[in-house]
Amino acid sequence: MSPKTVLRTSSALALCAFAGAAAAQDTTITIATVNNGDMIRMQGYTDLFTEQTGIAVEWVTLEENVLRQRVTTDITTNGGQFDIMTIGMYETPIWGANGWLIPLDNLSEEYNVDDILPAMRAGLSHDGTLYAAPFYGESSMVMYRTDLMEAAGLEMPAAPTWDFIREAAAAMDNPETGVNGICLRGKPGWGEGGAFINVTANSFGARVVDENWQAQLDSEEWSNALNFFVNLMNDYGPDGYATNGFNENLSLFQQGLCGMWIDATVAASFVTNPTDSEVADSVGFALAPDNGLGVRSNWLWAWALAIPAGTQQSDAALQFIEWATSADYIELVAENEGWANVPPGARTSLYENPNYAEVPFAQMTLDSILAADPNSPTVDPVPYTGIQFMAIPEWAGFWTEVSQEFSNAYAGQQTVDEALARAQDIVNEAMEAAGYQ
Amino acid sequence: MARAVTTQRKALNTAVAWTVGLLIFFPILWTVLTSFKTEAEAIANPPVILFFDWTLENYGVVQERSNYMRFLWNSVIIAGGSTLLGVLIAVPAAWSMAFVPSKRTKDILLWMLSTKMLPAVGVLYPIYLLCIQLGVLDNRVALVVILMLINLPIIVWMLYTYFREIPGEILEAARMDGAGLKEELLYVLTPMAVPGIASTILLNFILAWNEAFWTLNLTSVDAAPLTAFIASYSSPEGLFFAKLSAASTMAIAPILILGWFSQKQLVRGLTFGAVK
Repeated sequence: MSPKTVLRTSSALALCAFAGAAAAQDTTITIATVNNGDMIRMQGYTDLFTEQTGIAVEWVTLEENVLRQRVTTDITTNGGQFDIMTIGMYETPIWGANGWLIPLDNLSEEYNVDDILPAMRAGLSHDGTLYAAPFYGESSMVMYRTDLMEAAGLEMPAAPTWDFIREAAAAMDNPETGVNGICLRGKPGWGEGGAFINVTANSFGARVVDENWQAQLDSEEWSNALNFFVNLMNDYGPDGYATNGFNENLSLFQQGLCGMWIDATVAASFVTNPTDSEVADSVGFALAPDNGLGVRSNWLWAWALAIPAGTQQSDAALQFIEWATSADYIELVAENEGWANVPPGARTSLYENPNYAEVPFAQMTLDSILAADPNSPTVDPVPYTGIQFMAIPEWAGFWTEVSQEFSNAYAGQQTVDEALARAQDIVNEAMEAAGYQ
Repeated sequence: MARAVTTQRKALNTAVAWTVGLLIFFPILWTVLTSFKTEAEAIANPPVILFFDWTLENYGVVQERSNYMRFLWNSVIIAGGSTLLGVLIAVPAAWSMAFVPSKRTKDILLWMLSTKMLPAVGVLYPIYLLCIQLGVLDNRVALVVILMLINLPIIVWMLYTYFREIPGEILEAARMDGAGLKEELLYVLTPMAVPGIASTILLNFILAWNEAFWTLNLTSVDAAPLTAFIASYSSPEGLFFAKLSAASTMAIAPILILGWFSQKQLVRGLTFGAVK
């Protein structure tokens, strides 16, 4: 090879490398996300990603319900405003089936897609194709005050029944000190109180619809579940529980005003954080209760990163997703902020890590996630997937209406039977209108 | 003869006025106070009002996490632009309706007002698709035009009401003195209606500043105003009330200061007629 050719070749290579680097520097991806601790933490590490790849990142952080409306509008109109969207287990299979998301079927070998917890992978896939990578996952479990349990002379089993939960609530309830035996969600909304009562009903053997999509809210099982919940909360719950959601109960628990709280596993890091919680050193964990019917009252959820089909930057978006949901990112957070602050519930390797095993709620979070099966959420068979939701587009609309009826019953504005009768009509009308029946 | 008011009655009226005023102002005061608390103090029960460890930490976190100035600048452009454009269109419209009415003027006015009765979400998809087609999603000019159109009926109605109180004879006299349409509008009508125009501008600036449906749904990065800034600190899963309060305080501070300095004109414009 002549010196001239070498010079030309090396010049061309240098030019290509320079152009590539310049192009990478010019690449900016826009990510829509929710405002929660793990997501905000990730934003803080974005500069490292930009340093490594040359890809700049713009964040659009919104409140969960605003985000849902915003990204739904954008994806259904092919607006192309976002290169990555933070979506949940409810939207992913529906949007994937509609062709609105780019399948994540070309993830690199180093990413090790098989490391994603099977329950999470199943919930974020459609027809076996993964459409979103879990950033963190959660289930629900019992969080309880160990000191109050001890004072009551009770011991919380690792897998309690609803009867035991009622007994423990009665023992810990103390109107004089202001401690409520139990705090649960009653707030209307399919993702708030609507989610909680649905999983509770699952554990009582109830189901929303049968195999033929006929509403089942007039069943004895639903009556038992809703009556149990209302009686439990009226006897040992906080005043005004009909308007309490995650945040209200978190606030009560952190101030030592709840003996027990059954809610998202992600709350464990909040209630054990001594900066914010007055009871940080006396919190225990147990699986969500059941009734001995083989189905527990825990849900399954993940906040995941997906690439909308309308993006022009799919390669850069995929690079970011691989970085943010990788095992290396977990290590990065652990190194800087401790193992208790890493995004939980997404990767098997995290739960095999001896350092993470020392985190008090780690094992119970994993056990809760493993106890949830979105493909078989109820005692009797159902034609849908999803645990606290039915993975159909109509769910968010009609279950929000149903949860409003239930909240009215919690507030004493109507009886449980009236609420169930109205809920039965709402579900049947929705199923008929959508063409399922 | 002025009605005699006893000292006791004066004191009672003052006390009632202060109580009502404080009740209305309380949510803002509480937001400001909460912004100086820690997250734990923000949710304390019973609530702490003044005796807590005052901290600026929340403002520091908000400043570090968000580009406040970018959001603020977008709010100023969008609210200011839509208000000015709206007034420029509404002054001639209100003039013609007030001084040269036709048979259909009242119908047109009512029709304009009726457009305010349509829920915004009902036209979200058509507007969104239109913005995609025109390539103006996340664009400040698009928001200026959309917010102007939304507030235009109110601007026209307010100006029409003020103009109606100006005697037509004054304008006729100006015309006899040789004033054309431009001079009539600029040198006769406008100076007389300044309090009304000022209060219209202020009120619509506040409406546009606080608009949180279109500004959230049509923006992402470049055109996002302070409403999007606040929305980024609200969370149904996590107690960030102190930070949310700090963000809210920073978002409402400019408009509160503007309202404070212009309250005299605002009250005068809203309560007095154009020529009183």
